Amino acid sequence: MSGFGKPLKIALGLAVIAALIIVPMNFNRYGLFILSQWAVMTIAAMGLNLTLGYAGQVSLAQGAFVGIGAYAAAITTTHGWPLPAAIVVAIVLSFMVGWVLGYPALRVQHHYLAFVTLAFSTLAFLVFRNESWLTGGIYGISNIPRPHVFGLATNKPLPFYYVCLGSLAIVSLTVWWLIRSPWGRAFMALRENPLRAQSLGIDTRRYTLMAFAIGSALGGVAGALYAPLTQYIDPVPFNLSLSLDLLMMVIVGGAGFYFGPFIGAMIAVLLPEWLRFTEGYYLMLYAIAVMLLLIWSPTGILGILDRTMAARRTKAASALRAVAKSRMETVQ
Amino acid sequence: MSNMFDLLVAGLATGAIYALVAVGFTLLWQTSQTINFAQGEFVMLPAFLMLAAMHVGAPFWLAIILGILLSMILLGLAFKLLLVDPMMRHGVLPLAIATMALAIGIKEAVKQFFSAEASPFPSIVPTGDISILGHAVSLQSIGVLVVAILAVVGLTTLLNRTSLGHQMQAAAQNPTVARIIGVPVERMILLTFLINAFLVALASLLITPIYLAKFSSGEVLGQAAFIAAIVGGFNQVRGAIAGGLLIGVLDNLAASYVSTQYRAAVPLIFLIVVILFRPQGLLGRAEERTV
Repeated sequence: MSGFGKPLKIALGLAVIAALIIVPMNFNRYGLFILSQWAVMTIAAMGLNLTLGYAGQVSLAQGAFVGIGAYAAAITTTHGWPLPAAIVVAIVLSFMVGWVLGYPALRVQHHYLAFVTLAFSTLAFLVFRNESWLTGGIYGISNIPRPHVFGLATNKPLPFYYVCLGSLAIVSLTVWWLIRSPWGRAFMALRENPLRAQSLGIDTRRYTLMAFAIGSALGGVAGALYAPLTQYIDPVPFNLSLSLDLLMMVIVGGAGFYFGPFIGAMIAVLLPEWLRFTEGYYLMLYAIAVMLLLIWSPTGILGILDRTMAARRTKAASALRAVAKSRMETVQ
Repeated sequence: MSNMFDLLVAGLATGAIYALVAVGFTLLWQTSQTINFAQGEFVMLPAFLMLAAMHVGAPFWLAIILGILLSMILLGLAFKLLLVDPMMRHGVLPLAIATMALAIGIKEAVKQFFSAEASPFPSIVPTGDISILGHAVSLQSIGVLVVAILAVVGLTTLLNRTSLGHQMQAAAQNPTVARIIGVPVERMILLTFLINAFLVALASLLITPIYLAKFSSGEVLGQAAFIAAIVGGFNQVRGAIAGGLLIGVLDNLAASYVSTQYRAAVPLIFLIVVILFRPQGLLGRAEERTV
């Protein structure tokens, strides 16, 4: 992204934010639902991007944490708790479970870690489905209330969309700060070279667990927003395919890029909707699009951008060198 | 005890099918570092190809041959040339994600072009029971076991007793050295993809009469084979076989001795325990940990 000038970047950012606030005002109920879903999934994907993209720990369990957050919020808010309290419960719960899930990462890496988290994901689904005394089993939990923000009811789709967007803004700023903090650098050191990180005095053990716990906690936040968004939850949306979808979002957007999850979630949530005119073929086309994209650029969409920028910079640099060289020649 | 015996036979039969799928899975991993998340869908598809062949008038035996050939072309050749080859050098993860997308694509294509409903599928073994040691055992279980054992024995003979098999193993274990001593590594990798396609088509033929042909049936099957491959040893063919049989038996025993609700949890917990305490799998060699 560094090819743009800084003022241009800020202007672009402001324009996108303004568009996200103003444009949906005319959207119908369904359009707002999809856009809110995009915001929620972006939060979950940002969490996974921290774990995978920055700290380099493969997780196939992010969907399970969205489920844990969703159930925590559904159970507490239907018992009369306010949503912010429910979000705190969701964060604490997914943070703790995420921390525990991080322990296998201390022993095994890469594909083995993927398999452990995959098994955890399916186990979580079984608990959601079978512990009916808590989760309502296959009948799920209905009538999940939407919150009041500053005394305003958010029952209508537009106000609740702003709740999701606002939460996304808070999460984005937190993550922005986190990856620029020493913690974020420690995560990246962990990804790039764990041995060297350790020899530089980074407590890799603690940061591995942290990477899992924080990433999972963001999954919990997404879940806690998902429950009031749909106002009804059952185990089905939180099965393994959600974890796989979230992983796909992170990779397709560009793992390890700050804006990767935004774009990945956009493709995973919005592209199928745009393709709906093709009726039964839309998911097929989506799958083909993802495969073609990954063949073209395995580092995702932002990977393409990154490479063009790098190419342009080297081109500019070699042009400068050529100029300098010709000047030296004229001097001689 | 008679109940136990029946469960064991049924478990071994499903386990033998898991083993076929798991063996293919490990072969792809060994030769090309492909973690094929679409392996379950690979098992689901051939049954539909055979059904389609029968639909246009082919007799069952011809449909089987056509189905196996078509899956070797689509799931072996095309899968390798179009998806794996362009992505192999970019590492394990992007390719794994691409196979996830492929799984969605295959599922949706079957749903769209065939049917969203479950279709019955003819069995290659006559239905009925025979009596073994005073126990009634279904012919289907026996037939599945026999075919699966034949396939596995055939494969291990190919791998361990023939020059071709030795070349394949060399290509898998150390491609660079294999290339130096003149093994056509590329052709060997292609061969493992074709073998995998053959194995999944065979598994499809064996399992679909039991569970019906449905676009979503690959999910459960893929996961079972996945678990079997890891439990047994990700880098060993015999490990995958043992893992498949073990998971099949465990699954069937869990169904009747653990609650039916948590039946599916037993193999998963087993998987986690194995990975944590013996990550190379029960029969696998230790793999060097990449830094």
